[in-house]
Amino acid sequence: MKSLLLIMVPLLGAALAAAWPCNRSRPLLLPAVGLIHALLCGWLFFAPPPVEPGAWLAFDPLARAVLPVVSLLFLICAWYGVTYLKVRHERPNRIFVAALLAVLGLLSAGHQARHLGMLWIFTEAVTLAAVPLLHFNGTPRAFEATWKYLLVGGTGIALSLLGSLCLGYASLHGGGGGNLTFVALMAQGVGLSRPWVLIAWVLLLVGYGTKMGLAPMHTWKPEAYGEAAGIVGAILAGGVTSVAFTAILRIRSVVGAAGAGTVADHTLMGIGLFSMLVAALFLLGTRDFKRMLAYSSVEHMGILTIGAALGPAGVMAALFHVWSNGLTKGALFLSAGNIRRAAGSASMDHVRGMGLLTPKSAAIFVTGMFAVTALPPFGPFFSELQVVWAALNTGHGVATAMFLGCLLLAFFGLTRVVFGIVDGRPRDGARADGKRFVETVGLILPPLVLLGLSLWLGLFQPAVLHDAWDAAAKQLYPSP
Amino acid sequence: MNPNLNLLIGLAMGLNLLSLGTSRLPALIRTMSVQGVILGVMPMIMEHELDWRVALIALATIAGKGLVIPSLLRRAMRTAQIDRELEPLIGFVPSLLLGAGSAIAALALAHLLPLLPEHAGTLLVPGALATVLTGFILLIGRTKAISQVCGYLILENGIYLFGLLLIKAMPLLVEAGVLLDLTVGVFIIGIIVDRIQRAFDSLDTRKLTALRE
Repeated sequence: MKSLLLIMVPLLGAALAAAWPCNRSRPLLLPAVGLIHALLCGWLFFAPPPVEPGAWLAFDPLARAVLPVVSLLFLICAWYGVTYLKVRHERPNRIFVAALLAVLGLLSAGHQARHLGMLWIFTEAVTLAAVPLLHFNGTPRAFEATWKYLLVGGTGIALSLLGSLCLGYASLHGGGGGNLTFVALMAQGVGLSRPWVLIAWVLLLVGYGTKMGLAPMHTWKPEAYGEAAGIVGAILAGGVTSVAFTAILRIRSVVGAAGAGTVADHTLMGIGLFSMLVAALFLLGTRDFKRMLAYSSVEHMGILTIGAALGPAGVMAALFHVWSNGLTKGALFLSAGNIRRAAGSASMDHVRGMGLLTPKSAAIFVTGMFAVTALPPFGPFFSELQVVWAALNTGHGVATAMFLGCLLLAFFGLTRVVFGIVDGRPRDGARADGKRFVETVGLILPPLVLLGLSLWLGLFQPAVLHDAWDAAAKQLYPSP
Repeated sequence: MNPNLNLLIGLAMGLNLLSLGTSRLPALIRTMSVQGVILGVMPMIMEHELDWRVALIALATIAGKGLVIPSLLRRAMRTAQIDRELEPLIGFVPSLLLGAGSAIAALALAHLLPLLPEHAGTLLVPGALATVLTGFILLIGRTKAISQVCGYLILENGIYLFGLLLIKAMPLLVEAGVLLDLTVGVFIIGIIVDRIQRAFDSLDTRKLTALRE
């Protein structure tokens, strides 16, 4: 029941936001709903409810391992959003607030979906609900980004439906009675028709991989993250991509039960390394610090996918990385949003000396960049180390070498752009703009808290989190 | 198994080629809506006894794909004041050849896949594959936003054709999801097309090039 509230409360909040008359007080709904959601989620996390095996929606171990970080990220972004929307008071925020809350509700549903069809419906709904968030700014560039997002994302989502139908037919051909819960599909195991399972796997990987932003289906990501507000980027990168990732994990477990686990792992490893390589190369070339974050996100999606290819230990490392990447990326997106507003541009060609103009945001941005490139005490260092361990323990020496090489290239690319905009003297025009950008508490504290959480995840990771990831890995690999 | 069904699938595959060969947007939209109606009729002749679920899907498909979406697209076309695809990325003759090639490839590929005995004689699988590929050719090869939306819809039609294999075994929920997606998707795409038109004074997606490396 409480797990359904996780879905219903944000959706009701979205309806309330759509009906709320006052533009000034409407954004307060974001932290209000976010807080209820986070409390509910925390309660369910510490006292996990029993899961009925045949349930279509439930707070199962996998949802327990991922949904709390989405909820936490949303709460902090919502806090930032109140100040952000106050700064942007000239634009009506009715649709923005409603869509943001709807995204939270649908994400909660997608993470809890234990049925192939439900999973698809909620992923599709999240895709559509995020559209108004992308064209909030209303500029021609924002429309362009929205169009590409919709066309590429829509095609991906169509392919994942075709894949779901193929998996359904694999079950039907193997004598299944049309029960499409993941539990039933896994129970059918090798009874699933193998050619159909393989076709389904390819289509579902391409489909949900598009949503996740794996190369070469990542093309919507730089446009969308580059043009969207920082808060939207943080929620897309930390929340929406994670629902596609858990979808791939759930489907991988079915494919594994059908006896095609090796094929699945090989494709996951291949596409993960390819994403990391493509992202690293683009990071070396890009001149825009918001697009840089998008490519960094592609890189980290590659890391998650590689983790997913490495058996239970790899899955645990990947779930850890979902947390550390989500929180650190959130800090980066929010501080980049501040810098972008203060500088009036996101390109290295026009922006420099932000260390003097916005010292606090720039400090968070630089620290976040080091955190996300795996500087030791932060979360991403430990999660990436676990991925490397899992890879070495399963005999993936060459892949590990490529993994580390890509991380190094990405580090060069990120430092190049970040120091390019932070260092140096500000351009003359930047100061002369009249109203200077003020780094208020509401714009600085949320990214700082996210960075602190990333540090906490690295240094003082509680055992209960480890247990949650372990339980999720056990759910995906039932036989010991 | 059912000669009438195969006839309809053959017709739908013919319409694929028609959609690839035309440069006029009204003709493309009409082709698409006729294909939508044909797809809507299929579940009714597939089933021996008509239950309400199947009838509902059929009616919703005919109304959605055959009427509502084409009229929305026509409105978008009038707003944008264009009715021709003048400079496609893949020319009309090459698209036709690609379309014919993909139909043949789909037939060959479908032979390799295991089918249940009750589906063995139908063209559903090759028809679905050929239609999906046609949708892709339109999505990639056309530059006008409306043609791309038509391509996306033809892609969805292919997926629907495949879904007919599972119409008995799968819950209505999944099919409802398909239709919901379709209507809402086009609705939003329609709004965006409208706005892109205002922002760019053209519906040429090749002009969407401000964002690139």
